[in-house]
Amino acid sequence: MHSTALSLIELGALFFGLGVLGRVAGRLGISPVPLYLLGGLAFGAGGFLPLEGIEPFTGVASEVGVVLLLLLLGLEYSASDLVGGLRRSWLAGIVDMVLNAAPGAITALILGWGPLGALAMAGVTWVSSSGIVAKVLEELGRLGNRETPAVLSVLVMEDLAMALYLPITTAALAALGFAAGLRTVAIALGLLVVVLLVALRFGRVVSSVVESPSSEVFLLRVFGIALLVAGVASSLQVSAGVGAFLLGIAISEDTAENATRVLAPLRDLFAAVFFVVFGLNTDPRQIPAVLPAAIALAVVSTATKVGAGWFAARQIGVGRLGRWRAGAALVARGEFSIVIAGLALTTGSVDPGLAPLATTYVLLMAILGPVAARVVEPVHGAITRRLRPAPAT
Amino acid sequence: MDVEVTRLPGIGTKQEFTTTAGRRIGVLTHRDGHRELLVSGREDPDACTASVGLTDAEGQALGTLLGAPNLVAQLQDQQREVEGITTAQFPVGAGSPYDGRTLGDTAMRTRTSTSIVAVVRDHVVSPSPGPDFTFRAGDLVVVVGTGDGLGQAAAILEGG
Repeated sequence: MHSTALSLIELGALFFGLGVLGRVAGRLGISPVPLYLLGGLAFGAGGFLPLEGIEPFTGVASEVGVVLLLLLLGLEYSASDLVGGLRRSWLAGIVDMVLNAAPGAITALILGWGPLGALAMAGVTWVSSSGIVAKVLEELGRLGNRETPAVLSVLVMEDLAMALYLPITTAALAALGFAAGLRTVAIALGLLVVVLLVALRFGRVVSSVVESPSSEVFLLRVFGIALLVAGVASSLQVSAGVGAFLLGIAISEDTAENATRVLAPLRDLFAAVFFVVFGLNTDPRQIPAVLPAAIALAVVSTATKVGAGWFAARQIGVGRLGRWRAGAALVARGEFSIVIAGLALTTGSVDPGLAPLATTYVLLMAILGPVAARVVEPVHGAITRRLRPAPAT
Repeated sequence: MDVEVTRLPGIGTKQEFTTTAGRRIGVLTHRDGHRELLVSGREDPDACTASVGLTDAEGQALGTLLGAPNLVAQLQDQQREVEGITTAQFPVGAGSPYDGRTLGDTAMRTRTSTSIVAVVRDHVVSPSPGPDFTFRAGDLVVVVGTGDGLGQAAAILEGG
């Protein structure tokens, strides 16, 4: 068969299959991300039906997927949200980072993956999935709860921290050396400060560059600028995603809303490719070997995440049950963990075992997270009833 | 009363206050503009027992239901101070000649020396309706005037 024809058929089957998986995820009420990963595992090397000949497309498309994921994340936040969050919840953010980066880093060191592996795994276990968490809060009708601002500010702090973590990791993985690495981090920090200042003072200017009454022109401009910025950021070793994230922050409110509307379908498409490609590049035959480590990591990092959420909610004076709810809501890990693992693996300087471990871990946490958020109230109720002494008669 | 405003990054804005009984009541405005009514729980004040999505019309209707008795009470309070002036509410019946005609057509002020201060339709109050306000069967017309004037006003709305 003609090679183009074969590629089209494979891609078509792939996307259609993802559509079916997405529908299943919707029925089960879970995030489609773990199912996309499973889809990738099934069709990759060592899977049931290896796909070949679509790499030229999927390679670029998955890069675009990361750029769009982070661009839309940036679009969700305004600069004032970020600065306000930083002012109020920096302590909660630090507690969250220390508690949740530790399990990943320690696991990597135990497995003998060295400091680079530890740095990458720290990110994998640290960052909650803002997509899954926001969806769960909405479904459970907890958006109006008093602990919800604490949950959201932990997510904001994590996302903001990514703007520094990703460049640091990129520099470290590229083995740039200390001076060059320091320069990269300085560039990232400088960019972050400049973007926040520009967005706070001159948000309209950035928006007017992309604004257009025609949605077609608008789409092309936003998409074009995003890729340009991501490319420049990538060439400065700041990581493409961070460039897109900062651009998203700089675009101000109304424009950001329109941009989200036109870009969301593209993001869904390309991000799906990204998750599938990650699954494709993971050999499912390696999963049994890392399963014990992944389960241990899941248990420990569930506990540490609950602790971080508990602390954040206590900071703003939420009651006992609300603190547990905040902790359980944050348990889910997802897209960011895969983005970080993907970044680490492309450089080839970490142990390839990171791919199956990160995949298995995210599969567990993306499913465990929403369950934890649901069961926290009944579990808390049962425990308090048992602990509370019987009323004196 | 203090209305507390909280930004929810990526979601919208929450405005709420605490009632004297200790319950929190508020409105969550999502970024796309749709609104939710929030009511806090009795046992766990941090949680919401109800979060009800409301369309614009529903939000307005709820606001009026809660605000309308106030409006009428205020009117009555104001009128009570003036001797001989009262407030009354008359329905526009299905057979009324003014079903589908404007407030100006009734010439209420010139004919009876009363004023139409508000019209309640489907639980929504239109305060101080203008002369081009069109009545519909089922409207409740709030009229201010003397006892005689009010009697005439009722007759006009009923039979022309």
